[in-house]
Amino acid sequence: MSLVRRSLIDTPDLSRDEIIFLFDETRKLKGSTENRPLTHKSVALIFFEASTRTRTSFEMAAFRLGLRVLNLEATASSAQKGETIFDTARNIEALSPDAMVIRHSGSGIPAQISKLVKIPVINAGDGFHAHPTQALLDGFTIREKFGKIEGLKVLILGDIAHSRVARSNIHLLRMFGAKVTVCGPPTLIPPLATELGVEVKYNLDEVLHQMDVVMVLRMQMERQNSFQIPSLKEYTNRYGITAERLAKIKSDAVIMHPGPVNRGVEMMSVALRDPRCQVMDQVRNGVWLRTVLLREILGVNQ
Amino acid sequence: MTTTFINAQLFDPSQRLRGNGSVVVEGGKILDVLLDKNADSGKIVDLKGQYLMPGFVDLHVHLREPGQEHKETIGTGTRAAAAGGFTTICCMPNTNPVNDSSFVTQYIMEKVHQQGVVRVHPIGAISKNLEGQTMAAIHGLIESGCVALSDDGRCVMNAYLMRKTMEYLKSYDIPVIEHCEDENLVGRGCMNEGLVSSQIGLRGIPHAAEDVIVSRDISLSAHTEGRLHLAHLSSKNAVESIAHAKARGLKVSGEVTPHHLLLTDESLRGYDTSFKMAPPLRTEADRRALVKALQAGVIDCIATDHAPHVEEDKDVEFEAAANGVVGLETAFSVCHKLVEQKELTLERLVESLTFSPAKIFKFSDRGQIKKGLLADFAVADLNRPGRVSSSSFFSKSRNTPFEGWEVKVQITSTIVGGEEVFNIEKGITL
Repeated sequence: MSLVRRSLIDTPDLSRDEIIFLFDETRKLKGSTENRPLTHKSVALIFFEASTRTRTSFEMAAFRLGLRVLNLEATASSAQKGETIFDTARNIEALSPDAMVIRHSGSGIPAQISKLVKIPVINAGDGFHAHPTQALLDGFTIREKFGKIEGLKVLILGDIAHSRVARSNIHLLRMFGAKVTVCGPPTLIPPLATELGVEVKYNLDEVLHQMDVVMVLRMQMERQNSFQIPSLKEYTNRYGITAERLAKIKSDAVIMHPGPVNRGVEMMSVALRDPRCQVMDQVRNGVWLRTVLLREILGVNQ
Repeated sequence: MTTTFINAQLFDPSQRLRGNGSVVVEGGKILDVLLDKNADSGKIVDLKGQYLMPGFVDLHVHLREPGQEHKETIGTGTRAAAAGGFTTICCMPNTNPVNDSSFVTQYIMEKVHQQGVVRVHPIGAISKNLEGQTMAAIHGLIESGCVALSDDGRCVMNAYLMRKTMEYLKSYDIPVIEHCEDENLVGRGCMNEGLVSSQIGLRGIPHAAEDVIVSRDISLSAHTEGRLHLAHLSSKNAVESIAHAKARGLKVSGEVTPHHLLLTDESLRGYDTSFKMAPPLRTEADRRALVKALQAGVIDCIATDHAPHVEEDKDVEFEAAANGVVGLETAFSVCHKLVEQKELTLERLVESLTFSPAKIFKFSDRGQIKKGLLADFAVADLNRPGRVSSSSFFSKSRNTPFEGWEVKVQITSTIVGGEEVFNIEKGITL
């Protein structure tokens, strides 16, 4: 089993054993002040879509490994620049970094680029498709809290239809034997969601009390103006983690959110302060997990 | 001058004509059809047992001229048609400028006269500039040679405009062609809405986007008694509506493309923009329903929706990529797969490329091998394996979803008005 020079586009690219290996290595590394073994290597962080959390997390991970970081934030679409996204990728490959981390608003872009370039491509989130490093850090965080993932009841709550976090998590959590329920307004549940292997619920208050993990997704402001929900206020009433709903969540459950949180929309401040809330641990774990991932893909001894 | 095609396997399912024989051609028309014997008048062309079929008729192509000659011209598009066995093609009006007035129609006809290799009949716009607001200059369009009206590429969203166009066209007895996709239901969707779209994270287009327009237009056709032709059908439900409409005796016809007959949304998993078109590829259940409906005659004909795009329009993010695929040069070879898979009979395949489309546009002078009709033929070798390779296309564009497909049959010669315009060994021979 080796991850050296492999691309990571979505969680199915990794076997169960490889994921367990990444989890175990992350646990070993966490909190250490390990020396920087990859000072001779470099990684390009190419973010075609605005992101603070994921990009800085990858930067910190690269920093811990002593990697040189090439940061490229390209907000304009490639069409507007005259060169295609694929030209941009080829150009960056020609600069000879050892790996590419890509975020793009279009589903499939990292997958397509990984077929074009010879260096490993790590997907840092593409459209509504996948966000494998988020799913890995979420899986790690759950495993850290419960000692296992198997048998846990996990609720993914909110805008499932437009969520790459949900898609990657559903796959990873099911692979490890969790029972996944998705909940949100029907307009924000993807078509044929049950065929993805999850239970679909529209009424949060029916299921919330049964859950071991409550994974809350970010609600995009624009949804209320595109006939998907009547208003953010109504969304909060039906699906927000309010003080009343906090009281229904099991005392030994955990509450998660990939961030950034819309305070007062999908989560009230009181929920963020709650001891069951793991949001900051997710961020902390994200750095360690990405450190391990970069280390394994770039290969310490290569 | 007289030409006789001998040793032909005559094949015209509309007349149940099948057997060895010869066809005598004079003055661009069929002078005689001789079954089980060979004539020897004039120039002799020995077809050596190959299939001689009526020339194919495509009711739906985009020739891109005027305005997008970098994608296709009337010259290259008609060459592509010839290479695919098509002797008559009808070109959609979404050019630049739009074919919404007699000036544009006349320009197209002039170019066809200068550069055309096969017969071309333009289709005029329903609305000015395809905007769906006001009627195009319909009388001038038809006087100048347009054989149908359509806003293809756009759906006529205003039901009142559609109603009035159907009514108006009753005085000409030509059909209106609808691109059945409700624009609001399409939204920002770029592939079929279903399990695959849910898994790969692209915005979906529900089949209901097609179904509601098909149902609406059938209702309008019933109300106005106007002729309605439904373009590039993709949805199982839409097919059921058409079956019902035909059972009621309404003047409704439909077409289906080779790609919707052969491919599904499973092809989208690699985000390959060669599989992006409107309407999108749907599920296997839809595909099967389309083939079944074609076999049963619920869907009347095959039309390619030949839509050339250059690499620059396709080699971009999936959501930003242009819709459409080329189809003229591959239609017969790839659709024959359905015969090989025993989903479609050879008889129905050929009829749906010849007699059936000719009937919809009332081309009474072609579509059959019959004395007095135009001497337009497609000749095929049904035992000539090959491989689809876009690099050898006559079309200017290469956007085929069938690249690399192994085919068992090929068009070997195309004859327009008794003259060979394409030959597989010699290329375009006009």
